[in-house]
Amino acid sequence: MKVDQLSIFLENRAGRLAEVTRILSEAGVNIRALSLADTSDFGILRLIVSNFEAAKTKLKEAGFTVGRTSVVAVEVADNPGGLNAILGMLQEAGINVEYMYAFVQQSGDSAVLIFRFDRTDQGIELLQKNGITIIPGEKLYNM
Amino acid sequence: MIYDVKNETMPREELELVQLRRLRAQCERVYANVPFYKKKFDEKGVKPQDIKSLKDISLLPFTTKQDLRDQYPFGMFAVPKDQIVRIHCSSGTTGTATVVGYTKRDIENWGELMARCLMAAGASAADSVHNAYGYGLFTGGLGVHYGAEALGATVVPVSGGATKRQVTLLKDFAPDVICGTPSYALFLAETGLEMGIDIRELPLRIGIFGAEPWTNEMRVEIEKKLGITAIDIYGLSEVMGPGVAIECREVQDGLHIQEDHFLAETIDPQTGEIVEPGQEGELVFTTLTKEGIPLIRYRTRDLTTLNTTPCRCGRTTARMKRVTGRSDDMLIIRGVNVFPSQIETILIETEGLTPHYQLVVERQGNLDTLEVQVEVNESIFSDEIKSLQKIESKVMKNIKEFLGVTAKVKLVEPKGIERSRGKAKRIIDKRKEG
Repeated sequence: MKVDQLSIFLENRAGRLAEVTRILSEAGVNIRALSLADTSDFGILRLIVSNFEAAKTKLKEAGFTVGRTSVVAVEVADNPGGLNAILGMLQEAGINVEYMYAFVQQSGDSAVLIFRFDRTDQGIELLQKNGITIIPGEKLYNM
Repeated sequence: MIYDVKNETMPREELELVQLRRLRAQCERVYANVPFYKKKFDEKGVKPQDIKSLKDISLLPFTTKQDLRDQYPFGMFAVPKDQIVRIHCSSGTTGTATVVGYTKRDIENWGELMARCLMAAGASAADSVHNAYGYGLFTGGLGVHYGAEALGATVVPVSGGATKRQVTLLKDFAPDVICGTPSYALFLAETGLEMGIDIRELPLRIGIFGAEPWTNEMRVEIEKKLGITAIDIYGLSEVMGPGVAIECREVQDGLHIQEDHFLAETIDPQTGEIVEPGQEGELVFTTLTKEGIPLIRYRTRDLTTLNTTPCRCGRTTARMKRVTGRSDDMLIIRGVNVFPSQIETILIETEGLTPHYQLVVERQGNLDTLEVQVEVNESIFSDEIKSLQKIESKVMKNIKEFLGVTAKVKLVEPKGIERSRGKAKRIIDKRKEG
């Protein structure tokens, strides 16, 4: 039920992000979701892509430092309170969200939340128990 | 004013006789008491009695900083340990530091020489001296301290740091003389202005600055911003500490070397051949009176030019030009010696960081800044900002702890650090520009 997320170390200077997207574009890799965390000196770009291995190989060849992290993708109804309910459950169970990001699906009626938990397996178990829809990696990559 | 008229104004022929007598005695002593030197002399096929004139110094072997490191901690000492009354040591992680030991007489001589320096800079027994050099293993603080006491001045042992308090003490104690690094002097002036205290309006009249390279432009700036005369002092812990050479206030054209205690030469750093006075070369010192750790032809790595013509101030001692550069890549950051290899050791010891790093030194405002750029490899990379920042702060903490300097640590992309052919370019010193 986990999703492979690709993370990339970027120096905080002009053109570095564009270099990543150029490499992915040339490799025919589609970006499903993305988030960029930054400090004054560097940033970490986190991506869910259509082809993890191809993206990783190409970026490494170009000299980027990349990593793989397991994250969890959750589908919620795109209406007020959707995220709040999930965060409430996690809080009660004492599972910490290291970071998260979200995007709205093309159909527009539901949103996808990407979670990075401190304890991934317990997080998945908890969400499943509460009837939350978890999107498997394969489905997300090909959305 | 001249503190020691006899020794500082001695005719050169007489001075050279004193030097020769002391050089011969020094050679006898190290040959008999320091196995390192016995071996070095024997390898060169030279005996102490071969030294018949000062020119014969070219027969003697050189001593390098690496030799001192190899003899860590006490291998270079020429007296039994019980005669050593004080130890100083250069910055460095264990094994790379250089240790120096002083006998009671060495400490007395050092005080005398430093007193000469203070007076050459225009200070007198009636003055009080704000000593902002760091106290501790570093020779700066205690060196100046004993000199000021020998002179009979009042010494305020402020040491480094706590800048606002220093400004307050400058105002309240109204010292006549300040000693420290030149960049710190400017930092004090700026801090003073932020606090509403203009150091120019205080009685302070003389600044004695050293322990890091500085330019004439910086001198002009210091003199303007602090309203003082800024004097350049030179020294290095291996040879003694501060007080090896100083500018005279009257002329300020080169630093008078205390030649009755230190024999100075300049050599071609590549060939080791002696170059004539007036030509630039690497400064080499032979200590003439040191008992604890006498050094024969110690290569300072500092580039300078010697001038043996008499000075208008009355001193007959040779003058060395302000040090213009170093012949190896040691960095001096706010008075602290930093070698790239030390940073490398710290990086490797801090959870296996790649040895791909670069040191960027700048002078921001008036303070030297050191930025350590480290390449991020897969073994340390994380998808979380906080783990990368943790690595940055850990390296920073270790550099501060082991080397005593504050550095900014910046993570960079692999190969973000330019590699020159064969050997990585480790240092970008932007202070030298302009």
